[in-house]
Amino acid sequence: MADAIFKTKLKNGLSVLLKEIHNAPLISSWIWYRVGSKDEPTGRTGISHWVEHMQFKGTPTFPSAILDKAISREGGMWNAFTYLDWTTFLETMPADKIDLALSLEADRMVNSVYSPQEVASERTVIMSEREGSENEPLFQLDEAMQSAAFTVHPYHHEVIGDMADLNSITRDDLYDHYRTYYNPNNAVLALAGDFNSNTMLDRIRTLYEDIPSGPTPNRLNRPEPPARGEHRFSIEGPGETTYLQIAYRFPSANDPDLFPFMVLDSLLSGPSNPSAFGGGGISNKTSRLYRSLVEKDLAVGVFGSGQVTIDPFLYTTTITIQPNKNREDALIAFDGEIKRLQDESIPSEDIQRAIKQARAIFAYGTESITNQAAWLGFSEMFSDYQWFESYLDRLANVTSSDIQRVAQTWLLPGKRLVGTYLPDGKGL
Amino acid sequence: MKSISKHSLPGPDDIVRFGTTNGITILGRSNFNSPSVVISGYLPAGSLFDTDELQGLANFTAMMLMRGSLSRDFQGIHNALESSGANLGISSGTHTASFNGRCLAEDLPLLLDLLSEGLRQPSFDAGQVEKLRAQLLTGLSIRAQDTGEMASLTFDQILFAGHPYSRPEDGFPETIQSITRQDLVDFHSSYYGPKGLVISIVGAIDPDAAITQVQRVLGDWENPDQSDTPDLPVYKPLKKSKTKRIHVPGKSQSDIVIGSGGPKRLDPEFLPVSLGNSVLGQFGMMGRIGDVVREKSGLAYYAYSSLSAGVGPGSWEVSAGVNPSNVSKAVDLIRSEISRFVVNGVSSEELADSQANFIGRVPLSLESNAGVAGALINIERYSLGLDYYLRYPDLVHQVTTQDVLDAVRKHLDPELLAIAIAGP
Repeated sequence: MADAIFKTKLKNGLSVLLKEIHNAPLISSWIWYRVGSKDEPTGRTGISHWVEHMQFKGTPTFPSAILDKAISREGGMWNAFTYLDWTTFLETMPADKIDLALSLEADRMVNSVYSPQEVASERTVIMSEREGSENEPLFQLDEAMQSAAFTVHPYHHEVIGDMADLNSITRDDLYDHYRTYYNPNNAVLALAGDFNSNTMLDRIRTLYEDIPSGPTPNRLNRPEPPARGEHRFSIEGPGETTYLQIAYRFPSANDPDLFPFMVLDSLLSGPSNPSAFGGGGISNKTSRLYRSLVEKDLAVGVFGSGQVTIDPFLYTTTITIQPNKNREDALIAFDGEIKRLQDESIPSEDIQRAIKQARAIFAYGTESITNQAAWLGFSEMFSDYQWFESYLDRLANVTSSDIQRVAQTWLLPGKRLVGTYLPDGKGL
Repeated sequence: MKSISKHSLPGPDDIVRFGTTNGITILGRSNFNSPSVVISGYLPAGSLFDTDELQGLANFTAMMLMRGSLSRDFQGIHNALESSGANLGISSGTHTASFNGRCLAEDLPLLLDLLSEGLRQPSFDAGQVEKLRAQLLTGLSIRAQDTGEMASLTFDQILFAGHPYSRPEDGFPETIQSITRQDLVDFHSSYYGPKGLVISIVGAIDPDAAITQVQRVLGDWENPDQSDTPDLPVYKPLKKSKTKRIHVPGKSQSDIVIGSGGPKRLDPEFLPVSLGNSVLGQFGMMGRIGDVVREKSGLAYYAYSSLSAGVGPGSWEVSAGVNPSNVSKAVDLIRSEISRFVVNGVSSEELADSQANFIGRVPLSLESNAGVAGALINIERYSLGLDYYLRYPDLVHQVTTQDVLDAVRKHLDPELLAIAIAGP
């Protein structure tokens, strides 16, 4: 992690981060925009994700039919993701072909067309994407959980958006959203791979520095008021499997409690990857919840996750209940483990274990230039790259009393939601 | 014509291949850019050995191997793995059971110990058998609700009727219910052994050291009872198109799989068909299928084609997820695109695009240790030669539009399609 990072800001406000890695003849380029589903008011839910889709529909210089073929022809990989806080577009290319990616990202930062025909066909594509998600019980449960957990904050809705808004958002709404948020001063360009930083920076200046900056967009700021007691709900749908989900608030990226919480998560339900990209892949069969739920035949699976976000989001535990077992028994066992975290000190070897797991996740991530570039920009969305570089050290400083304090502060019954997905007809 | 800088690709100069006296093949390649190591491999213990009554037995057996051995119980195995930030999984496909794991380089001896204990000395603890059975049954009830999985399963049942490839590796609830602990023990003793075992190790380790380490844990393994792989029955292609609908109530989207048989991996038309498939449903935004079904019609978020080619007869499938009211429209669009494809084949420009893509993407696919380990396994499984990735650009370039057309017409007939639809 100690490799040199070059970081600068162009005159128009575009942040640029460069990391030379000469292991393979590849370069990965990610451009990040500070816009996501958190910036969407009611009536515009899903618009950030839809704009991301429209960015693949072409500019006068790179019409859509040319765009995707050009990347594929060069053996490149490209994709885009929209999340709560950000939208990102990436290309990983053979090193001598990266100019294509840089040129097209500079171009579509300002020149995308948004033709009415393309808007119309993409509307039904995105509806189809949503319908595919609706087929999944856990999407249904996640969506119900988010909307119950956030009544004020725009984390209330899923990134894909509500069907009502997918029906009503217009071409001009999309274009306005694009022009509001896709500005160099609202973006971060991060590259890792087989290049010379000076030469690369010259090329980036040539392609990007003349793009005019825009007004810095205001981000929606509607803090969620404190919870007033436990909230329980259930939803019903097809299938034979019951899922139980328990959600607490999770610290924001810049809250110091995040680090003890990450260690707590590792103990409770197995290690999570702090980045949304790469790494991961460690099972959770020795985690406290697996032992008390799956080993005790109450559940067939359990996983927990906390996302690193700008505002406090959710720490969610999802339990797949064993057929013919009672979800209330699973909840009692879950509560027993939360109480144990609150009441008992954590052996130092358990903390050391969590740190080794994090070190392994980081090592696996470094195998891929694409992941390394992702980390550069991802951390800039809520902090800076220093956040990532110091991550393992900050985990190492976590003490048993930090974890107990976090458990006693954040994991309170009066601050949580308990949601259940029940097979049709099995509701109360 | 583009080339790949050859020093970055695995080849005879940096792949080490070693055969042990008890029948194991070891492949290794170093990569010291990251402090991690990947192991990947297989042995001939797949679901081909399952009887009709006990479908899912091979998979059940493979998944038991990491749930307790004579040396460690379930928690002991996973405590060792998870304390190291390592992982190791064993599962079963049609022909082979396979294993994949990774760890920090310092923990490779541990990972190989765990692999060896799992493969050689599983305990088949009765309590763990029941825990896994409950998980498998839940997995099957989730599968029954998954429109994509049900369409795919049904497609295989139509296309491979009467052939073992028609059977799902994870079995059915009634077969999983009927498998006993003794069935698992017997399957393991009949089919697990060193003969035909292949293991590749890639990462921050010297290949010779990797070979020594594998020899340490598996070099003395013998199983005189290990059975040979059965011959595949003859595959009988469809005589007419067949459509089957699976009702999955309460869902918002239907999944469609349409296709036909495809080449074996070692058939001479494998590469021409692969390039044709790229044009049909992969290149750019999911090729021609993506263009007509998604881009022009807005009917689906995903609509693409894929090729499945292995030891035996393959399949060539077009998959799409659409609103239930658009199923007929999507099926018609896909069928007419297949018809057009079989008549006209691919243009020289389309072929050149896909050839460039196939060659250009190689460095990216071989970037990670897992990518290289998978490539070494591919080389060994199909005897492609250690220089395969060095020869690959030439092999791709040699394919002509006529080769593609001939190969497409051999396998794809718009009048002989298997069509599976799962949805509300």
